[in-house]
Amino acid sequence: MKHTLTFLATLLAVLAFLPAAHAAEDKLVLTGSSTVAPLALEIGKRFEAANPGVRVDVQTGGSSRGVADAMNGLADIGLVSRSLKPVEAKTLVAHTIALDGVALIVHAGNPVRQLDDAQIKAIYTGRIRDWRGAGGPDRPITVVSKAEGRSTLELFLHYTGLKNSQVRAQAVIGDNQQGIKTVAGNPGAIGYVSIGAAEYAVEHGIPIRLLPMAGVAATTDAVQRGRFPLTRPLNLVTHGAPSPLAARFIAFAQSPAVRDLIEAQYFVPPPR
Amino acid sequence: MNRSADALLAPLTAAMAGAAALLLAGMLGFLLAESWPALAHGGWLRFVGLAWYPLEGHFGLAAMCIATLAVAALAILLAAPLGLACALFARFQAPPALAAGFRGLLALMAGVPSVVYGFWGLTVLVPLVARWQPPGASLFTAGLVLALMILPTVALLAHAALAAVPRSLLDGAAALGLTQRATLLKVAVPAARRGIAGGVLLGLARALGETMAVLMVAGNVVQLPASVFDPVRVLTANIALEMAYATGTHRAGLFVSGLLLALLVLGLAWFAARLEPRHA
Repeated sequence: MKHTLTFLATLLAVLAFLPAAHAAEDKLVLTGSSTVAPLALEIGKRFEAANPGVRVDVQTGGSSRGVADAMNGLADIGLVSRSLKPVEAKTLVAHTIALDGVALIVHAGNPVRQLDDAQIKAIYTGRIRDWRGAGGPDRPITVVSKAEGRSTLELFLHYTGLKNSQVRAQAVIGDNQQGIKTVAGNPGAIGYVSIGAAEYAVEHGIPIRLLPMAGVAATTDAVQRGRFPLTRPLNLVTHGAPSPLAARFIAFAQSPAVRDLIEAQYFVPPPR
Repeated sequence: MNRSADALLAPLTAAMAGAAALLLAGMLGFLLAESWPALAHGGWLRFVGLAWYPLEGHFGLAAMCIATLAVAALAILLAAPLGLACALFARFQAPPALAAGFRGLLALMAGVPSVVYGFWGLTVLVPLVARWQPPGASLFTAGLVLALMILPTVALLAHAALAAVPRSLLDGAAALGLTQRATLLKVAVPAARRGIAGGVLLGLARALGETMAVLMVAGNVVQLPASVFDPVRVLTANIALEMAYATGTHRAGLFVSGLLLALLVLGLAWFAARLEPRHA
């Protein structure tokens, strides 16, 4: 009995001190956007290889978490896949490492080649419910939207000028992959996802097609030239000026040394 | 030596049981504490509405609550008769080798992770249903996938209950010259009804709490479904979809969904406990 109690007490004590134990000095904690995280992970690996003894820990949880964690010091660097809002920019500093575009996707078998902004709004608010209303075949439209809090949704709403309560979706999804699978499996579906992820899916034979926005083709090239209307920056954000180690990491992430990593993820290096 | 070991055993098991109870109480307390900002801020009434747009200040949970119950009910309506039929077949009608294989298959099905069912549902079932009743991801599809998931639970527990029916009852039925149909439906099933009902309630609880599979096939639109082919969002999916991205009142609102779900499942567990035989 006594031994058991001692054991339990020790266990509790160890558990209580675990969080303190993992805050090592040469460790960087990055949390936030699930769009930026895979890129940050790759950059982190290369940074670790170049700086022995340094550990880079990347966790996902969305841009909102990236902002919150950077704000209250839970992370050294927040990962945020959008521009900072004015109120956030008062305390946080954004360091852009890449650009990403958000494009509308439809099933590859859908003959509709383009939609103007008014049609996009009408489809997403439920005023056009059939592809006939947008120059397509007689087939009901399945509107795919994203869950609240996702930066892709915020970007899309900002572009269309809609509020989320005006959107009439038939499916609400979480990440890009779920969106691509949902559209690929439904000839009448329309959704919006990251251009990088969509191009990758198209190259691997997934039956979807990217629609142009405002007459600009949805390609990583158009994003790079700054011509694509639905473009977002992928940011590393810090609370004020970064710590020396974090500053080195940010400089590394913005250097040509990681250009191939950015392109491998279908993102676009920002114009210098 | 034996005596001292016995003296240790009772307090040890008591401590373990106490720890389990404490964990549950702690979890409920945590849920309550995390939901408190939302509950205290706008009161209970704001959670009664149908509209869920947390970033615009609408926190209605009614549509999701109804959707959760509807999906679970559909799943259990499909799985209960099917599971009972499977159990009757395996217990009374299948040749012994086939029955053992069939039970193994059910046990295997029970062990498949829910995300696998969900992935299969998203890539196979949803497109199939979409061709027939677009958009495909719907209350119906979710109920179907859930029914498949809880079928082994219902069938295995019903089988165990049927196996516990006293031999004398079955022999008596045989001696009376009853047909097999009468023996099974009028003697075996009524004698095993508590165990069967327990399995059904356990399946229902699992259906209420399932997250990943439903998230992938239900469509996740917050609305009152007008038909079974409308997409719906259940409480668990709501938490999984938005928790990673939620802060402040939005986050607290999600904890209220969790609290509501915990209360639903606790109510069900209480009901199931009342069904258990007192002197089993």
